[in-house]
Amino acid sequence: MDLRFTMEQQKFREEARLWLEAHVPKENLPSFDTAEGFQAHCEWERVLNDGGWAMVPWPVEYGGRGANLIEWLIFEEEYYRAGAPGRVNQNGIFLLGPTIMEYGTDAQKVRFLPKMASSEEVWAQGWSEPNAGSDMAAIQATAVREGDQFRINGQKTWASRGAYADWLFGLFRTDPDSERHKGLTFVLVPLDAPGVKVRPIEQLDGEAGFAEVFLDDALVSVDNQLGEFNRGWDVAMATAGFERGLMLRSPARFQNTARKLVELYRETVASGVAIRPALREAVTQAWTGAEAYALNTYQTVTRLLEGGKIGAEASLGKIFWSELDLKMHETALELLGARAELLPNAPSAQGVGTWLDGYLFSLSGPIYAGTNEIQRNVIAERILRLPRK
Amino acid sequence: MRFAFTEDQQLLQQTVHEFLQAECTAERVRGFWATETGRSPELWSQLAEMGVTGLLVPEEFGGLGMNDIDMVLLMEEVGRAGLAEPLISTAAIAAPLIRDLDNAELSRAWLPRIAAGEAIIAVAHTCNAFVSDAHIADLILVRHPQGDEIHGLVRDQCALTAEPANDPARRIFSMDWTPKPLTRIAESGRARRLWADVLSRGALATAAQQLGVTAKLIDLAVAYATERKQFGSPIGSFQAVKHHLANVRVQLEYAQPLVYRAAHSVATRAPARATDVSMAKSAASEAAAAAAKVSLQVHGAIGYTWEQDVHVWMRRAWSLGLAWGSAAWHRERIANAVLDQNAPAESFGYGASIA
Repeated sequence: MDLRFTMEQQKFREEARLWLEAHVPKENLPSFDTAEGFQAHCEWERVLNDGGWAMVPWPVEYGGRGANLIEWLIFEEEYYRAGAPGRVNQNGIFLLGPTIMEYGTDAQKVRFLPKMASSEEVWAQGWSEPNAGSDMAAIQATAVREGDQFRINGQKTWASRGAYADWLFGLFRTDPDSERHKGLTFVLVPLDAPGVKVRPIEQLDGEAGFAEVFLDDALVSVDNQLGEFNRGWDVAMATAGFERGLMLRSPARFQNTARKLVELYRETVASGVAIRPALREAVTQAWTGAEAYALNTYQTVTRLLEGGKIGAEASLGKIFWSELDLKMHETALELLGARAELLPNAPSAQGVGTWLDGYLFSLSGPIYAGTNEIQRNVIAERILRLPRK
Repeated sequence: MRFAFTEDQQLLQQTVHEFLQAECTAERVRGFWATETGRSPELWSQLAEMGVTGLLVPEEFGGLGMNDIDMVLLMEEVGRAGLAEPLISTAAIAAPLIRDLDNAELSRAWLPRIAAGEAIIAVAHTCNAFVSDAHIADLILVRHPQGDEIHGLVRDQCALTAEPANDPARRIFSMDWTPKPLTRIAESGRARRLWADVLSRGALATAAQQLGVTAKLIDLAVAYATERKQFGSPIGSFQAVKHHLANVRVQLEYAQPLVYRAAHSVATRAPARATDVSMAKSAASEAAAAAAKVSLQVHGAIGYTWEQDVHVWMRRAWSLGLAWGSAAWHRERIANAVLDQNAPAESFGYGASIA
């Protein structure tokens, strides 16, 4: 065990920090779930990509920097520290990208990864359907193979980034006689294909963070099949693993929130407001929790670098970070007291509105990427080995 | 950067694991409850033979010359087995304290005996109201109440009063003593600095034991829930039961790296080690307390009996939770460092400075 960064890793950190200091926009960009914000974030992604920082752990030939996972964590630490914008193409770069790396053909890698890294093509998720939420194996949307095309019919919903994205990835039933996990195929669908209709859905914060996608005889090339025919469930599970685990929610995100929470606590103390001991404890717990998550991630990364895999334990992390994030924001709102309800544009808000935004978003954490109840079942059955029935 | 144990460390853990699973059964632990000392000289000398008591004793004094990172996995096993021998005070605290005092005479007098399993050392610290295992100690280390002095007492230099405790494995004592020049073994700034690490090592070793206790309490509950049937099914198939246990498993998962990191911080004398230890101890205490409650609940009425083994570890969780600073006490120490900035704290990775 050696928890010190090597000289090389320190140099990498310095390089990232200096580049980010010079390039991160000084003003916060508008939300990427608005038309204007989406464009602004895509523009930022181009800047990142031109600097070679868009997809740090990917191979150079696919638009990455060829860094290892420790360096990726370092980059993320610096990224959050610098207050850089959220990643508009996170469904692509953090979820689908690694899946294509594992299951894609060489042609698919060349076709999709560089444009993903540069966010020239932004991706939406297409898992859920009106009758397939937590029970994802109940998927009904069909893809029928006709020559070198799939004819796709059905409806996807809660497609994150769906409102503005270019592509959607998801599971479709390719064997009409199949049930549950079998007979599904992972297909990449261009959202401008004929027969595809996107209807944005306003989320809790009033912005179109996700969408319904209607597929009415949409025709998609069979070249867009990822992994084996009728074996899409395995591919999707790999993607879900990335989503719950390492990639989507790197620890710096929560350490950054914890730091801001500590600053908010100090400002509140300095303003002369009496703080209940329980609130002081909650801030302390938040900081400790963020540290625990970071340390656990470094353990996981060490294991991966030495040939290990992430399995069901991703479910432990998903519960931990989503509950931590929610608790941190609840604590911040308590510290803010009466100002907690102010929107960012309220005259008295003085910047506190970002906590409200963060709080609303953190409420989705225990729901997306597999509800925490589903994760608890996974932990109980696959880690603790409790009986299914 | 490598956050993992070496193969050698894991091998040693495995050896101690197998030994304790075979020799330190629940039945035997209950047997010790009933004896006068509550302790087993036989187990103690076997642990010494395996190198456990002298793990942190330098090789020149007959020990293994290892560090706190090597120790932490063994302490986990001690907790898993419910072993209450005074390893924390003797092996995890006193051995490195005497080693670091750098007093040749003191080292020669005590380190070989610790390694050989021939000396038991108790440590009196103000964060503990009572002194654990003072009744069998060959030496009791204590700090002078008004000064930067460490004193070493033999039993006739202090008055001990036994304090029966909830955990029958605990043997704790009130202690009266008067500092005398004769009992002083270290003084001045060095003594003060080293005494700060006494608390760190005590809390660290206790936290590591609590990881083992937590894992054991989960194992007991899982085994019972798999076997016990109600409504025609194992109770472990019901989501209400599954989710209780999953929650505790999450707590364990995230207490563990805090403990391992604290071990690294203590071993490398990192500036923020006291805060790192407090995070470890508070998280491990909370995990163990939660595991105790859930394990009892999953067992139902049978768990609420003296005969069933759940309470062997439940009482360990409680007593270790109080030892070397409770979760609340350590949380306040974290707050003092992180919120009030009165002591060093470092955000791992994220808080790294560049040259």
